[in-house]
Amino acid sequence: MKTIYKRPEIFTDEITTYCGGCGHGIINKLLAEVIDEMGLQKNGTIVWPIGCSCLSDYYYNMDQFMALHGRGPAAATGMKRAEPNKFVVVYQGDGDEVSEGMAEIMHAFIRSEKFTVIFVNNAIYGMTGAQYAPTTLLGQHAATAPTGRMSDNTGYPVRMAELAASMPGVVYSERCAVNSPAHIIQAKKAIKKAFELQLKGEGLTFVEILSMCPTGWSVKPVKALDFVEEKMIPIYPLGVKKDESEGIADQEREEEEKI
Amino acid sequence: MGEKVFMQGNEAMAEAAIRAGCKLFFGYPITPSSEVPEYYSKAMRERPEENIMFIQGETETSVFNMIAGAVSMGHRAMTATAGPGFSLGQEAMSFMSAADLPAVIVEVMRPGPADGEILPSQGDYFQATRGGGHGDYNNLVLAPYSIQELVEITQESFELAEKYHNPVVILSDAMLAKLHESVELPGYVTNEPAPEDKYNALGGFDPAKRDKHVVATCGRGAVHWHAFNERLQAKFKKIAENEVRYETYNLEDADIVLVAFGCYSRVCISAMKMAREAGIKVGMIRPISLWPFPEKAFEGLDGKQFLVCELNAGQMVQDVKLSVKNKDDVHFYGMLGGIVPTPKEIFEQIKKIEVK
Repeated sequence: MKTIYKRPEIFTDEITTYCGGCGHGIINKLLAEVIDEMGLQKNGTIVWPIGCSCLSDYYYNMDQFMALHGRGPAAATGMKRAEPNKFVVVYQGDGDEVSEGMAEIMHAFIRSEKFTVIFVNNAIYGMTGAQYAPTTLLGQHAATAPTGRMSDNTGYPVRMAELAASMPGVVYSERCAVNSPAHIIQAKKAIKKAFELQLKGEGLTFVEILSMCPTGWSVKPVKALDFVEEKMIPIYPLGVKKDESEGIADQEREEEEKI
Repeated sequence: MGEKVFMQGNEAMAEAAIRAGCKLFFGYPITPSSEVPEYYSKAMRERPEENIMFIQGETETSVFNMIAGAVSMGHRAMTATAGPGFSLGQEAMSFMSAADLPAVIVEVMRPGPADGEILPSQGDYFQATRGGGHGDYNNLVLAPYSIQELVEITQESFELAEKYHNPVVILSDAMLAKLHESVELPGYVTNEPAPEDKYNALGGFDPAKRDKHVVATCGRGAVHWHAFNERLQAKFKKIAENEVRYETYNLEDADIVLVAFGCYSRVCISAMKMAREAGIKVGMIRPISLWPFPEKAFEGLDGKQFLVCELNAGQMVQDVKLSVKNKDDVHFYGMLGGIVPTPKEIFEQIKKIEVK
């Protein structure tokens, strides 16, 4: 008999704390599947953020590091510089990465650190109670933007995948989503590609994943899928923003060095 | 021991750290500690066979977290900073103590508060000895008074940090950091365990050989968090029991006992000699471990007068008052802003004390 679907080996028996309809569960599973497929347990460490995924170390039978809020890329820098041949993936949410940890992620891009960042963008602070994030859409309601996010007070949504793509130290940047089976399949491919490039030691690899937060958005889970499709994707277009796995990154860096 | 050289405090300290197996240095330049990152960056390029890695971080906030990451992989790592940078690192200090991470942090004190000055000071005594960040925790804090002691403490700090799985703070100051003096450099440490053999080291594992390792400081409810904290307190208790360090001078017949730490205690030693020559029976206690504070150095000294000399507004003096029977016997002489009193000025203070 052929097995066509099974629970990832790397998962423990722990039940997650995620709300119904949350995208973290799907992304956690994709991460687990790719870790299994690539056999990364014996050589890898996951760095978790502060946010809804901050109890994820209970879900994986892996070595793991639960970083301070926003500091995951700094901790991962220390890890990779100590052990360049080991695999390190940093998982971050929008509050963790784009707000508290913007300096840490930007300088990981600048230094071209050789790890992978999975950035879960659900345009809201989930765990602390639906306050607005730097990625919250204009007009979107949040606990700290009760009349909807207005640019005069909060500025504008941040496009991290494009920002990453603009940095010479980043070799791969793609934005995906997990609101449909087709998008989920593509997200898994992107994670796998990012991990493979990390193992080649080329530079930082970045995968942004648009994810659902029905609780934070005050919508039903099915409506949350539509919200990603209709509201988020127009502001955060999906696709590969940069892929320099074929040596284009080297050219760009050589030009920088000439300057 | 290695060769005898004439060297600056910061640089001798950096060399001692490299020889202790600390090949990873994460730093942000800040006076008066900047010669340490400069030394490491030079060593990285000039000594490729030693695999030295220097990273200049974007902030001290980031630097302290880089250290957390590096030591979690079982490698020795350190930084050197001064007051403002040490403040930025406090979030990670609290984290590293809670997460059992063996970092070595050199705090080269300069006068605060705020941007302050770049002269000698001891104003960060409270910040170092009270934890400095959020929550109930302690750092093991060691304060050398000479470059010789600085290099020896530097090497030992890595072993102590790994023994207790806790950050160790070496409390230096602008005087000790910038001073040049003769020092016998320690040799290379050869008995450091392999990174993967160290306590809770990350980096991947074989389930057939061990359980997963997790570095985490997230509570899972009050019961879990109470137990987590009790375990931490047991760690601090062990440090407090085992790592008390101090030196005493002429205590037997002393009527007045000076109490001073770090490089400034050398000025006090000169003042003590001056007073002895003038017929005043003065002794001295020099705490080396500031946390745990050497309370036991004060046992059996009831009735003597104590003069606590510090380059701050009165910080260690509070620990001295907690260590003596009668706090009215404790006097204080402090100087702020980077001024370092001369032995004669301290001698003048000694003369003001009425011996009972």
